[in-house]
Amino acid sequence: MHIGLVHYLVVSALLFSMGLFAIISRKHAILVLMGIELVLNAANINFIAFAKYGGMNIEGHVAAIFVIILAATEAAIALAIILNIYQHFRHVNVDEVDDLKE
Amino acid sequence: MDLITITFYFLATLTIVFSGIVVFSKNIMHSAFALLFTLFGVAGLYVLLSADFLAITQLMLYIGGILVLIIFGVVLTSRITGIDVRAGSLGKIQLFAAVIITVVIAASLIWMFKSTKWYMAEMKEVNSTVRQIGNELLTNYLLAFEAASMLLLLAIVGAALIARKKH
Amino acid sequence: MTKDTLLLSFIVLLIPMASFLINIFFGNKLGRKSGIVGTFILGIDLALAIVAAYNKLFVFSEEPVIQTRIEWFNLGTVNFDIGIGIDNIATIMLVVVTLISFLVHLFSTVYMKGDRRYPTYFAYLGLFTFSMLGIVITNNFLLMYIFWELVGISSYLLIGFWYEKGSAANAGKKAFITNRIGDLGFFIGIMILFFTYNSFMFDDIFSGIASGKMPFNNPTMLTVTGICIFMGAIGKSAQFPLHVWLPDAMEGPTPVSALIHAATMVAAGVYLVTKVFVMFTADALTFIALTGAITAFMSASIALVQRDFKKILAFSTISQLGYMIMSLGVGGYTNGFFHLVTHAWFKAALFLTAGSVIYAMHESIHHKNDHHTDAQDIYNMGGLRKTMPWTYLTFMIATFALSGIPFTSGFLSKDGILAGTLAYANLTGGWHWVIPVLGYLAAGMTAFYMFRLTILAFHGEHKTEIARNTKENKLPILFPLVLLACLSFWFVYSSNPFEASEGWFQEKVVQPVSVVPETSQWKFLLPEMAEGQAHNQGDNPENSDVVQASPENTYLNRFHEESHHFHYLAMGISLFMAALGIMLAFMMYKFKIINAGKLEVRFKFLHSFLYNRWYFDELYQATAIVGTLALSKSLSWFDTYIVDGLVNLSSYIIRFVSRLTGLFDNYVIDGAVNMASTFTGYCGSKIRKLQTGKVQAYIVFMLLGILTMIYFFV
Repeated sequence: MHIGLVHYLVVSALLFSMGLFAIISRKHAILVLMGIELVLNAANINFIAFAKYGGMNIEGHVAAIFVIILAATEAAIALAIILNIYQHFRHVNVDEVDDLKE
Repeated sequence: MDLITITFYFLATLTIVFSGIVVFSKNIMHSAFALLFTLFGVAGLYVLLSADFLAITQLMLYIGGILVLIIFGVVLTSRITGIDVRAGSLGKIQLFAAVIITVVIAASLIWMFKSTKWYMAEMKEVNSTVRQIGNELLTNYLLAFEAASMLLLLAIVGAALIARKKH
Repeated sequence: MTKDTLLLSFIVLLIPMASFLINIFFGNKLGRKSGIVGTFILGIDLALAIVAAYNKLFVFSEEPVIQTRIEWFNLGTVNFDIGIGIDNIATIMLVVVTLISFLVHLFSTVYMKGDRRYPTYFAYLGLFTFSMLGIVITNNFLLMYIFWELVGISSYLLIGFWYEKGSAANAGKKAFITNRIGDLGFFIGIMILFFTYNSFMFDDIFSGIASGKMPFNNPTMLTVTGICIFMGAIGKSAQFPLHVWLPDAMEGPTPVSALIHAATMVAAGVYLVTKVFVMFTADALTFIALTGAITAFMSASIALVQRDFKKILAFSTISQLGYMIMSLGVGGYTNGFFHLVTHAWFKAALFLTAGSVIYAMHESIHHKNDHHTDAQDIYNMGGLRKTMPWTYLTFMIATFALSGIPFTSGFLSKDGILAGTLAYANLTGGWHWVIPVLGYLAAGMTAFYMFRLTILAFHGEHKTEIARNTKENKLPILFPLVLLACLSFWFVYSSNPFEASEGWFQEKVVQPVSVVPETSQWKFLLPEMAEGQAHNQGDNPENSDVVQASPENTYLNRFHEESHHFHYLAMGISLFMAALGIMLAFMMYKFKIINAGKLEVRFKFLHSFLYNRWYFDELYQATAIVGTLALSKSLSWFDTYIVDGLVNLSSYIIRFVSRLTGLFDNYVIDGAVNMASTFTGYCGSKIRKLQTGKVQAYIVFMLLGILTMIYFFV
């Protein structure tokens, strides 16, 4: 069987689901952040796959580059926030950070 | 089974398995190192898709930058790195809901990807994508490029501002 | 230059105001000097007044009145004109007022020496002089009324000057309120005249009357108006029945009594009547004459038995004012005004001698540290002739003048008045004979009470130690006395001591011709009456008394003719009455032929009737004051129960309605509002539970939403 577009899409779908599960179920903030990275990687695989097989050509690559830039930015900001949360609460459990509820 | 097919399956398995370790590991340090392999696998997939520049970028940025940041974060925030990080405070209900939703979404996505009749157009064979990407970024995507650079600058300043110690 | 003379008299008016302003604003800085300053200013004023009077009387004598008028303001088509004007009587009054004011200032520098509010006193004197000169110098009712009230207020201030004493404060109040009653009538009269003739100017009003225009087109109303105007004089000149304030006003400092309550302010009423003399109808004049006669008689009788030095003089003043009013009422214009001037001198002299005596008594009391003896009671005096010779001498001269002894000014003027009353009674007849009878009785009583006062206060032995220790006063007190005594001699007015008409005064003060239409004048002057009279006497055509209906046939001419006839008769009777009074006084108090004490016991009722001043105060207390209080109380009751009740009722109703509205608001409207908010709050509290604050729960919901959308659309 020749490796085609759908194979890559299925891999990205699985990767996406893994990231999503991490985002939803993990209580450690850094694990949530890792889940987001997985989701973004899954998206990038899709972009590149469509660039190769779906006629997006070089625009797919550019879009992927912007996604990577955003991922880097988001990681930096998110880690800074996590450090702040840690200083404040002495832990990083996202489901216990609910002061804004009230 | 040609070499490309074998390589693809190897890299796909590598990616999926290690992402599973990232998600399900009890130890956050293990998750972090598993993420390294996942990202590495994704970079390999980029090579298979003949995206040479992106593969290099993936290695440099994700593995050399983001992953190091994440490991720093883990080290800085977890005094005891061995605690179980899996269960949310909602406990079984949340876990159950998460599993259901994840499975449903995964099934839906796979079903969609397989059932959709995609427009297919083979990419032109090129030696390197770097020149083309550079052209695109500084012509058609110049505004986005500048906005991204401004975003990075702001992120650096903002991160430094947020993370520094309050007096 | 006539205008210059007018300007001069205007300056005379303003100078006392300067004195007032200086003393009221810089009095505390001047301290003891304020009296000297005030006296000096009044001295200048007096000199200017004399110059103005000389100019008017002898240089511009051909001009009856020098006056000016300016438009003050106008309302619609009605102009409010004011102005000043001087005629002969005004200039004479200017001199009278300024001279007495000057002398009183001089006198007061010593008399008021120890007073705490020394500068204020002189300020008030200046204000009073200003106001009085204002009355003298105006030629319209508007300004006159304004100055009239100013005189009232400054008089109030001066009577109540020692307001620490309750009686002085009450006396000031009484004088003011009593004057208000008269002023009300005056004001009504002015308003009637204004709405009839559209002017306040004397000239406009008089020419309006002469042209036959009547208030309300009714000649009777002219009489009423005249009586209304005369009401002002009744109040100010202390005529019956509003005379009650003057004796009480003696609570003020004695120089003030001399200035205000003897010579000037009380003369304002008489002056008013002379000013507007031409507009009185025959009926109004009869009313005036009767009022004057009753006043003269009544107060003379009261003065017979009083014990207080100043009170005797006060009743004497009222009596003499009654004479003046009576004289004007019977048509003796010249004599009335003449008596005003002569009386001003000798009554001021009497009051100032009283002041001198009281001052000496006070000094003596002070020396002996005796605070129980009344310094004004004549039964505490006696023998002052020896200790105070100059005071005694001047007092005697003034007493002679007041009693109408020949060679004094009082004799000249009083004689003229009594002759006038006789002429009047003879011309008009009937009950009008009452007036001369009352006049002569008062003349006799005047002589009696004045000599009683003289004998008790100055003759005989010292009745108390205090009287023995009195000393003659210094020059600033004696100088005014001597000067005023000199002015009380006949030669000031006439070279002939028995004939005033030969003097300059009678020549300058000429009776004006009445402007009242003939129908409102004496009935016997009317042509048909005159014809009837002529018809009766028709068989004697040579009779020179036959009345002709001609311009010369005025009451004025007839009156002068009759007065001349009665001149020597009147003189005789008045001399007889004066001699009788003096003789009785000597018999009772000097030689004790008639025992005064026994008489007092025998006619106890009469004595207490007179001593208590005919019970006028009690009468007013019982009627006017009690009535006013009762009226006030009933009005207050009406207010409290009826008006307040209505107000309270309406407020109660409003409160009741408000309460209903409030209930509706609280329960219905607020209930609806509260229900809405409660409902919203309830829903919110329920929905809030969805917000767990858990990020991951939100993501789950979000994904559920996305899935739903995907399966819905795809």
